[in-house]
Amino acid sequence: MSDASLVFHQDFPVKGGDFAKAGAVACRIKELLKDLGFDSWTVRRAAIVVYEAEMNVVMYATDAQVALSVAPGSVRLVVDDRGPGIPDVDLAMTEGYTTATAEMRELGFGAGMGLPNIKKNADDFHIESEVGRGTRLDITIRTNGHGTS
Amino acid sequence: MIVLKDVLALLDGELLTSPTSPDAAFEKVFASDLMSDVLHSAEPGALLVTGLANSHVVSTCAVADLAGIVFVQGKRPAADVVGAAQARSLPLIATKMTMFEACSRMAGRLEDGGHVRR
Repeated sequence: MSDASLVFHQDFPVKGGDFAKAGAVACRIKELLKDLGFDSWTVRRAAIVVYEAEMNVVMYATDAQVALSVAPGSVRLVVDDRGPGIPDVDLAMTEGYTTATAEMRELGFGAGMGLPNIKKNADDFHIESEVGRGTRLDITIRTNGHGTS
Repeated sequence: MIVLKDVLALLDGELLTSPTSPDAAFEKVFASDLMSDVLHSAEPGALLVTGLANSHVVSTCAVADLAGIVFVQGKRPAADVVGAAQARSLPLIATKMTMFEACSRMAGRLEDGGHVRR
């Protein structure tokens, strides 16, 4: 995505441990993408990606920034967190693998579906993680010409 | 498809949010206490049946475009959760039935094409 094609960019902070506000960024981004004219399927995929990422930050990280970049026909989401990092990314990408606590599971999360579900809803998905520093997700969702025309 | 007024009748349910159209329709029903599963597998327009009554249930439905929530086994969300659902025009229903009984009653209706059984 070149800067020339960028039509919208906004950064959103997410605080680790703040379960009460988890989902607020996903709902905000969902409204923004609707207002920008994206189709409902693209909006839903982006919202699910952000929500899963937000929950991961809330459950495991200290804080994070979610960067939303919109270009004609695509939505890019970069989630950069400061946190413990993931020792084995391949294992973390396995459906059902989790290190969640009982408290997290009682909230309905931590079932080991977060990262696989983010990948499922992305057209391009990249993950980098460094133990002791944090994790960076780079996701692109493409549409079929809908939105931000 | 199943409509709101039939859900209320089948489950002896109580509508916790302000009255919406009794003919509001749900394309499908999805039952789970795992919000991760809802985000992964539930379809837009579905009615969620769950025993979980925290704010994340409403957020999950808002994110994934689900159209209503049934809380089973007498679970009742707090007032702020009801308010959040109300703001999103998401009907909330409480029933004392178990998850199994609620699902089996609605499954019978869905198999019947949404028509009343006599």
